[in-house]
Amino acid sequence: MNKNMIITGLVIFVLAVLSPFWFNMITTTQAAPEPELLGRAKTEKKCVLDKYEMRANHMALLDEWRDSVVRSSDRQYKAANGHTFGMSISTGKNSCLGCHVDKTKFCDKCHTYASVNPYCWDCHTNPKEIE
Amino acid sequence: MMEKSRRSFLKVAGIAAIGLGASPAINFASSDSRGTAHAVKSKNKEALHARRWGMVIDTGKITDEIAKSVSKACHKAHNVPDFNIKVDEKKYPHTRPVNHKQEVKWIWEEHFDNAFPDKEDEFLAEKFHGLPFLVTCNHCKHAPCVRACPTQATFKREDGIVMMDYHRCIGCRFCMAACPFGSRSFNFRDPRPFIKKISPNYPTRTKGVVEKCDFCAERLAKGKLPHCVGASKGAIVVGDLEDPKSEIRGLLNEHYTIRRKQSLGTEPSVYYIM
Repeated sequence: MNKNMIITGLVIFVLAVLSPFWFNMITTTQAAPEPELLGRAKTEKKCVLDKYEMRANHMALLDEWRDSVVRSSDRQYKAANGHTFGMSISTGKNSCLGCHVDKTKFCDKCHTYASVNPYCWDCHTNPKEIE
Repeated sequence: MMEKSRRSFLKVAGIAAIGLGASPAINFASSDSRGTAHAVKSKNKEALHARRWGMVIDTGKITDEIAKSVSKACHKAHNVPDFNIKVDEKKYPHTRPVNHKQEVKWIWEEHFDNAFPDKEDEFLAEKFHGLPFLVTCNHCKHAPCVRACPTQATFKREDGIVMMDYHRCIGCRFCMAACPFGSRSFNFRDPRPFIKKISPNYPTRTKGVVEKCDFCAERLAKGKLPHCVGASKGAIVVGDLEDPKSEIRGLLNEHYTIRRKQSLGTEPSVYYIM
């Protein structure tokens, strides 16, 4: 009697604890969107840092770039992989948007999904949007 | 027996947990990237350099038209809002009415007695009363705004330009109180609805940020002279004040020049040929 009670209780408990997992298994949820590589970003294949690091640390890199450009007026960045980039988010061919041509399909895709609202674009302009 | 199996279970579980936690570190280690440590930052090759940037304005050559086109060229390129334009209601609905005391300006016309209050005189040459005097940030050698700024958002560059880091500005407006020339403007509201055509080469500002002339630092970095120089038809010359052979030093040698509110000791870098 006791044994049965405990086992049923355990089963219910495990089911309840794992509810997010099985709920996700039986319903169709949208997977995290992949940012799309378009234009130059698709052909060049070389970003400032490698993919994993860019994904994790792009905000720190942008912060470093911003200080470098505004404070020490250094505008060229020769990355450890040998490629040179213009330290700018939106101006020039070698800037972020120079390669990742479509902001809505690159930056916004993850930011919207993760509900992150970076305020870069309060001041910086997306060349596509202002035309 | 029971004791033993629990022990081994915990061991296995612990190792598994470490393995899961270590996956980002392993990913990182297996990547061939060496992070930001080995990157080299440098200035643009074509950038213009000076030990101390300065400006000479030939007041005799400045007409009303030239003064207007200078301001226009500067303001257009730097996305300075013009609160006199009609707001596009479709793009920016519910824009509240404008308070015209809240201007934003980088370079503008002023009368002699406002530009040079200490040089005002009862018997001042008649011609000075009508002339437009272009005034802007003086990029002072001893800039009071730099000392006033609590976040070092306003700072002095090595080449003498008093620069603003808009990212860092908290909008306290101490710098505006400190500047004796009124060269700084505050964004009381989002400037974007009041920019006719946004220039993609310079960011706009946002509400709560102070702005001013930055000596076209973004153009100097590309090897180009400031916008005002191009629009002034030769009335404005910029160059290195510390270089005795520069064009600007030549002009200062040949002509009598004055600076604004010299008695305050801020050592402005903008000179006016009278």
